[in-house]
Amino acid sequence: MAEILVLVDHADGEVRKTTGEMLTLARRLGSPAAVFVGSQIDTAREALKKYGAEKVYVLDSSDLTDYLVAPKAEALARLMEQHDVGAVLVPASAEGKEIAGRLAVRTGSGVITDAVDVESGDAGPVTTQAVFAGAFTVRARVTHGTPVIAVKPNAVTPEAVDGAATEEQVTVEVSEVAKAAKVVDTQPRQSSGRPDLSEASVVVSGGRGTAGDFAPIEALADVLGGAVGASRAAVDSGWYPHAYQVGQTGKTVSPQLYLAAGISGAIQHRAGMQTSKTIVAVNKDPEAPIFELVDFGVVGDLHKVLPAVTEQVKARRG
Amino acid sequence: MKIVVCVKFAPDSTAPRKFSSDDTVDRVSVDGILSELDENAVEEALKIRESAASDAEVVVLTMGPEQARTAITKTLQMGADAGVHVVDDAIHGSDSIASSRVLAAALERTGFDLAVCGMASTDGGMSVVPAMLAERLGVPQLTMASEVKVDGTAVTIRRDGEVATETVEATMPLVLSVTDAANEPRYPSFKGIMAAKKKPVEELTLGDLGVDAGEVGSAAAWTTVESIEERPARTAGTIVTDDGTGADQLVAFLAERKFV
Ligand SMILES: Cc1cc2nc3c(=O)[nH]c(=O)nc-3n(C[C@H](O)[C@H](O)[C@H](O)COP(=O)(O)OP(=O)(O)OC[C@H]3O[C@@H](n4cnc5c(N)ncnc54)[C@H](O)[C@@H]3O)c2cc1C
Ligand SMILES: Nc1ncnc2c1ncn2[C@@H]1O[C@H](COP(=O)(O)O)[C@@H](O)[C@H]1O
Repeated sequence: MAEILVLVDHADGEVRKTTGEMLTLARRLGSPAAVFVGSQIDTAREALKKYGAEKVYVLDSSDLTDYLVAPKAEALARLMEQHDVGAVLVPASAEGKEIAGRLAVRTGSGVITDAVDVESGDAGPVTTQAVFAGAFTVRARVTHGTPVIAVKPNAVTPEAVDGAATEEQVTVEVSEVAKAAKVVDTQPRQSSGRPDLSEASVVVSGGRGTAGDFAPIEALADVLGGAVGASRAAVDSGWYPHAYQVGQTGKTVSPQLYLAAGISGAIQHRAGMQTSKTIVAVNKDPEAPIFELVDFGVVGDLHKVLPAVTEQVKARRG
Repeated sequence: MKIVVCVKFAPDSTAPRKFSSDDTVDRVSVDGILSELDENAVEEALKIRESAASDAEVVVLTMGPEQARTAITKTLQMGADAGVHVVDDAIHGSDSIASSRVLAAALERTGFDLAVCGMASTDGGMSVVPAMLAERLGVPQLTMASEVKVDGTAVTIRRDGEVATETVEATMPLVLSVTDAANEPRYPSFKGIMAAKKKPVEELTLGDLGVDAGEVGSAAAWTTVESIEERPARTAGTIVTDDGTGADQLVAFLAERKFV
């Protein structure tokens, strides 16, 4: 059975949830083979085995991590030459998509980004994507070369199935031209202590209507066990870090519950939250476009409504 | 220094967008504009030109239908010096692989120290073309920059990634792409609008670039669409006006949906 390469998404060896998701999708297409780039395989090993990696290629070289994108694309291309590879799955992060793009050019393969699902089909993997701010669902397929697919978070529920996780150390010569963009400093993101935005099942977001005070947003997120998000207006005003922006140029989220407070619901914001299961808004303008999307909306002042909701939820929890 | 900015003509994202009968993005009946995120690329190029020690020139490159000329015009009004428009019927339906093939050929023809791109096109939105250009041209990629510093031929960017913020360095010639956090695009001034009318725009065909028509367009695409479905509109929900009981009603709703 052909191997399905999965580029492991991890932070210092801590495997991110997307990796389990990609391994689960890979199993539908062939034999999942994890590609781990970095020196912390000891931290990652268990998780890769747990989600069904049959093989684990370990690429531990600073040549692969000290330079932007290009070396990883070269390494994956090398693995594709050496093995019978049916498809390559990478996370649909900025880096993942760029790796996918370079790999596709390099190997003469078609590339699909931002897949929210991948199924096996008669003529190869069939992907599902949400396009035009989520207004359309497109199913597509790669017709040339080896499918290279960048997968969005939450595409599938990761299934725990014990894999053989046979490890193989791989040495890759990185070309000089791929070592042209040097990473000279790395500052890991500070953890907020809340669930990861793109993985959270509840997201409470604040916009310009917060007038800069995110305390009511954070308090409600905390009683609901959720993550905090922000509109670009709030981020541009410097009220919340960019990493929490939801929308076209921020994160796409698809939680069970999305609560937008003081957010008007511009098309670019919708692009990042439109597929949430339940949508709730609090906005003092009854004409705000966000109300076109909601399951439940309150026309009112978020500074009154949110703290009251937080108190009541706390009281119910006892 | 020669700065070439790659900009795309894309359907206005605030208008209802659709697909043509051949499953390609409808670029004709839906109003097209300069892809908004490419305004950030143009702005960054203009800033680099303005602070350059020696003479610098900003050329804008687009590949797209006749109407894409409006995207070039907008950038000339913002302050770019000249335009290059690759227009050829054979290009219709090209995927990112083919687009990057054509753009790379055009960049080789114009020559460049910096090729500047946006973070994503607002229609396809794959964020892959800049990386593909770097791969094809064999030059460094400094992409998704939220901050750019240029010192002679050395360029340093800040890149805010998923798990970390990185500082990345490379030397020209290179491909740069900037996010919407990098700058605030300027509006064309009246003077800029007048001046744009006299700026040169060169039209190129695939033949001029030595690209074979068989390498591009729908027929040469390495991906195919199986189906397109419009997402059903969300059904209207309940909207209440807060008369002092807004919070109670919201909590009741959350409880009914088992969130509390
Ligand atoms: C290329 C491009 C990309 C973009 N990408 C993104 C993106 O990724 N994410 C994003 O969010 N935006 C994005 N935008 C910006 C987007 O167009 C909107 O400008 C932005 O979403 C507006 O943010 P907002 O809703 O917080 O602010 P506003 O539109 O100003 O809305 C504020 C809302 O708060 C309400 N309000 C005010 N006070 C209160 C109160 N006390 N209580 C309750 N409600 C109150 C107001 O009625 C109003 O509806 C992008 C724009 C462009 C051009
Ligand atoms: N047809 C095109 N003409 C010129 N530049 C383009 C074109 N398509 C993409 N680009 C550039 O590549 C960037 C990323 O596009 P994409 O990979 O399609 O998201 C855009 O912001 C543009 O700078």
